Amino acid sequence: MTDDRLDGDGQGRDGTAARDAGDGGTDAPTNDGQRFDRLPGTADDRVVAGRATRREVVDWWVDRFGLEAATFDSHTFWEKGAGKVWAFAGDVDSPAGVEGLGMTFLRTRQKHWKPTTNAVQRFGRAATRNVVVLEEADATAFLAGETTEPAWDGDWGYLVAAHDVAGGVEPIGVGLYVHDELRSRMPKGRRREP
Amino acid sequence: MDPLARYDPLVDDPAAFHAACDRPLPSVVRVNGLEATPDRVRRAFDEAGVGYEPVGWHDGLFRLADDVSPGNTWPFVHGWVYGQEEVSAVPALALDPEPGERVFDSCAAPGSKTTQVAALMDDRGLLVANDNDLGRLSALRANVERCGVTNVAVTRRDARNFSLSPVGGERFDRALVDVPCSCEGTIRKNPDALEAWSLDHVEGIAGVQTAILGRALEVTRAGGTVVYATCTFAPEENEAVLHHALEENDCDVVDFELALEHAPGVTEWRGESYDDAVRRAKRVYPHHNDTGGFFCAKVEVGA
Repeated sequence: MTDDRLDGDGQGRDGTAARDAGDGGTDAPTNDGQRFDRLPGTADDRVVAGRATRREVVDWWVDRFGLEAATFDSHTFWEKGAGKVWAFAGDVDSPAGVEGLGMTFLRTRQKHWKPTTNAVQRFGRAATRNVVVLEEADATAFLAGETTEPAWDGDWGYLVAAHDVAGGVEPIGVGLYVHDELRSRMPKGRRREP
Repeated sequence: MDPLARYDPLVDDPAAFHAACDRPLPSVVRVNGLEATPDRVRRAFDEAGVGYEPVGWHDGLFRLADDVSPGNTWPFVHGWVYGQEEVSAVPALALDPEPGERVFDSCAAPGSKTTQVAALMDDRGLLVANDNDLGRLSALRANVERCGVTNVAVTRRDARNFSLSPVGGERFDRALVDVPCSCEGTIRKNPDALEAWSLDHVEGIAGVQTAILGRALEVTRAGGTVVYATCTFAPEENEAVLHHALEENDCDVVDFELALEHAPGVTEWRGESYDDAVRRAKRVYPHHNDTGGFFCAKVEVGA
């Protein structure tokens, strides 16, 4: 696994990945990036090429971070924007004209799916694996967007970067671990220097 | 002339009122119950040497020391706290939503009250957060997500003719109507808040407020609750708007608990008189509790 394939931020944004992933039929439905569409339950229900399924999304959080599958029982999942999956704690029939539905949650339609900072902050507290707990100096550097070199002998790829604060381990955001370094993926607007 | 002088006949102590309006306000944060407890926030502030004190009437609000920039603290980064003026926490408490309900926030951006309502709902049910300004909507979305809220549907509509169809067509159990206003009560935070003050503006915006409240009453189910709030003292934007709603709709202004010192709504103002029910609205003046100024009314929709 090489780092350039892992860090897939740029893929799929223009929707090309959606078409590439399809079976090539010209009349097949494609992803409309401006609209909320519910994720299909399983691959058998999939109509839009390349769209992640509910089962894949839940399995991903379970496999990657050890969450209980039941964590998401009351959430529905939606795609709006190429590969951008939203988690909504409820259900609506047809969210036409809605600007936002719950939380942007996971970036799909790229080789390595990537959780959002907010999803990791909200759900990552229950993660049991692929969590790197940073010393305070590294936590501060991570929050500022800097690359650090914490001790880590686990998987490469996207990790929950966390630290110990006020009596517990708390997720800060998403880090990409490759080549013995942790690259901060804090969005620019969320970076701070406490 | 100081526009605030027009309220001297309404306040119990005009000198104290004006003196309080001239003092700056401390930064206040509200604990986001979805992500943390007041105890854990206190502990994080203690670890970081951040100065704070509780506000007394609400255990989830802390006044921060003058040298603290709340956005740079770990509790803010983790979504445990939201920077929110003390009195601005009142309307969500008056709304008192339950988990699982359908709730409408008609003028939601940038989201302090939205995130508070979502936390009171325990992130369950449907909270429709509406605003018509695209720039403010992106701030709303960012704040909602930072607070870990997932039960919000964000819409961009004119609140005066909000349509239920994108959100299932069913009426709401509760609506929060925190309208745009002349913002006189924020003078301690924004010293230039009154620079563009004019009676024409007050009267113009009162028309908008009346229409927004009217629509919120229409989209709330019989027996449901609507909370109307402004951060201004002007009766034209407060009691007069309620009076109009009482005349046009089957609804009533009802009492609610408020631990802050406050005054009742006024029934006489500049030759106008308002329905007695508006006395059950609450006026919070800056000198009462050393906060910003605020107006809040709880309205029950007729069965």
